Amino acid sequence: MSRKLLVALSALLVVVFALSACAPAATPTEAPVVETEAPVVATTEAPTEPAIVFKACEVTDTGGVDDKSFNATAWKGATDAQEQLGIEAKYLESKEVADFEKNINAFIEEKCDIIITVGFLLSDATVAAAEANPDVKFSIVDQGYDTVYPNIVSQVFQTDEAAFLAGYLSAGVTKTGKVGTFGGMNIPTVSIFMDGFARGVAYYNEVHGTAVETLGWNTETAEGLFTNDFSDQQKGREMAVTLMDEGADIILPVAGPVGLGAAAAIQERGNAYIIGVDSDWYLTAPEYAAIELTSVMKLMDGTTFSVIKSALDGTYTGGKIIGTLENGGVALADFHDLSSIVPDELKAELETVKAAIIAGEIELNPVYQQ
Amino acid sequence: MDKNENEKQDFGKLVLQEVTGESPKAKIQKRSVWQVIQIPFLAILTGLIIGAILIVATSQTVWTAFAESIWKGFSTAGKELGTAYWALAEGSLGNIVTQIKAVSSGDDAAIRAAFNPFLESLVQSTPYIFAGLACALGFRAGLFNIGVEGQLFMGGIFATYVGYSITGLPPYIHAPLAFLAGALGGAVWGMIPGLLKATTGGHEVINCIMMNYIAYRLTAFLLTGPMTRPSVAGMPLSPIIEKSAEIPQFFPSPIRFHLGFFIALGFAFLVWWILFKTTWGLNLRVVGANTRAAKYAGLNITKTTIIGMAMSGALAGMAGANEVLAVNHSMATSLSSGYGFDSIALALLGNSHPVGVILAAMLFGVLKNGATRMMVVSKIPIDIVTIIQALILIFVAAPPIIRAIYRLKAPKKEVATAVTLSGWGRNK
Repeated sequence: MSRKLLVALSALLVVVFALSACAPAATPTEAPVVETEAPVVATTEAPTEPAIVFKACEVTDTGGVDDKSFNATAWKGATDAQEQLGIEAKYLESKEVADFEKNINAFIEEKCDIIITVGFLLSDATVAAAEANPDVKFSIVDQGYDTVYPNIVSQVFQTDEAAFLAGYLSAGVTKTGKVGTFGGMNIPTVSIFMDGFARGVAYYNEVHGTAVETLGWNTETAEGLFTNDFSDQQKGREMAVTLMDEGADIILPVAGPVGLGAAAAIQERGNAYIIGVDSDWYLTAPEYAAIELTSVMKLMDGTTFSVIKSALDGTYTGGKIIGTLENGGVALADFHDLSSIVPDELKAELETVKAAIIAGEIELNPVYQQ
Repeated sequence: MDKNENEKQDFGKLVLQEVTGESPKAKIQKRSVWQVIQIPFLAILTGLIIGAILIVATSQTVWTAFAESIWKGFSTAGKELGTAYWALAEGSLGNIVTQIKAVSSGDDAAIRAAFNPFLESLVQSTPYIFAGLACALGFRAGLFNIGVEGQLFMGGIFATYVGYSITGLPPYIHAPLAFLAGALGGAVWGMIPGLLKATTGGHEVINCIMMNYIAYRLTAFLLTGPMTRPSVAGMPLSPIIEKSAEIPQFFPSPIRFHLGFFIALGFAFLVWWILFKTTWGLNLRVVGANTRAAKYAGLNITKTTIIGMAMSGALAGMAGANEVLAVNHSMATSLSSGYGFDSIALALLGNSHPVGVILAAMLFGVLKNGATRMMVVSKIPIDIVTIIQALILIFVAAPPIIRAIYRLKAPKKEVATAVTLSGWGRNK
């Protein structure tokens, strides 16, 4: 250890103390800094409307903003709004239950124009904050309420409509006459996929006089196959192997990342296909592109975007937005690389079925009516 | 008791005497107070410095500015850093200007709003105090309780159950009852590894980790099954507890400052009193310091180990009960994001002394709370604060690094780490 090192370290210390002295010095300038920053952002991104300082703020649940699921999708809606509408988007991640209220309060203090909360875990905190702050606008993703609050917009999804199409498609594509599904937990947001899927298969049988069988979900008893886990991919692998052994050649796993385990098992076996959920797996899990037939998508980015837009242009009213096939809130993804294995007449039929669902001519399970 | 042990005791008295200002020998001991706190103090400082470097290095704005000119780069870096750390301070302690204005205006609502950041920091530090005490007590007894996280979950579950299932009790009975139920849940969960260690020699670290897994899964099972909220049946969320079971918050929303903080301070005092003022506490510390000597002196190791783990577990359970009863008012599987594990480090930072634990817990609470504001204002991810915390702890755990950086002389006896190290592999 030389004397030079000592000098260098002392110099570092001096710099540090100087820096720490800088921080309090920022006191008087702090407020102006915030004010000047916002117009700069606005002018660079939306030169036509330089005066807008509109903040859309998202509080994630414990999954975090990069969960590749609803937190991430909702955040994409907010960043889309940032790019297209010239607003400012911010987020806070929650690590535990106690953070929900804290983060919402931090955004209320920040005077956010709309606060977007994600998932059922935040439902209590959102209602409490909305009642305590009647002039702050809220929107909660993937959670409905029995009561209508004037300053909460619930974003809910009629997912069974898109799953119905996936079922119809699968029944038309299967070679073995058997398709399978399994879920993470027997809760409504999961089983809505499985129920719609099974009904789609049944409808295909009705139209074509076939006898394609759905493994893993019984529409009569509302029971089926569940991993009781949303994180262990090994369980997804086991489920997929079981279903394939039973003869299923198309599988819909409704269990978040557990489904990736199923995809791995199917890819190894090589004679079956998988249907993704929530987002287009062709884009989020491209390593399994060869076996990804399609995905049943919940487009929370779209609904989040439209809620932000409504708050921005003054058309915001409390209640709920239901993502449907009609408004594009739920959809069947493109077939991408596997487009060739889907016959053209089946594609045409899917369009007809879709139109029939939108027109209300095909009845889905009323239990899942959002 | 060896000399080392005496020194530890001295430190305890010393800090307290410093705090209360009652020491007759304060002048003589002042130097050694500095010796005790110099490592944590310099560790915090160094952690913040490296954190600053990280903030600057990961900032896109700074890199863009550096691309334009070096001078602009430095000024932007300074500005970014100023904004970030100012937000950290403002978010955790409040803005002094606003506070003075509020106090002089005499408006209640304004005063409350101005001091809310600091009060919120105390709210954040409360579970850390309980969990830190749990670890500290374990360390003192020579037990490495790494099961605080699981005990915390069991405390939360017990408190929640008593909180919503019993109705019609007056608040002054219901809330304490629910809180003690939480302590009981933690105590039971902590006692099991204690029993296993005392009777079979199974190491408490391994058994505690396993008990953590059982606690997580049991919580998930209970919350999706028997204890689920009927309106969201199947989702891992408990019913909301009765109003009478809530630990009262002092001010209207959004201020969450609650009685639990003072309860935590009360238990810190109790732990200090038990450890340093009772014979039983002395026994506990002797067993912790040297099991063989304790055995030779005729102390009952089995009993001390079991009760030590149970008490540690009870404190951990209180951390969970506190979160449910005072803050969340219901239980979910994401009750804690690692209070139990942070508390191990926190007890180390506080030298396993109740006063040290309180101070360390408040540091953690301040950092955690300030991070939210930092994220809102400057969009610096909350994770940076986790890194700063980790750095501080690394420096505390390895004092030679700090001594090398700041050219400090090594003390004759290693005071800061002795307590912790004695927890490993002694009772064989």
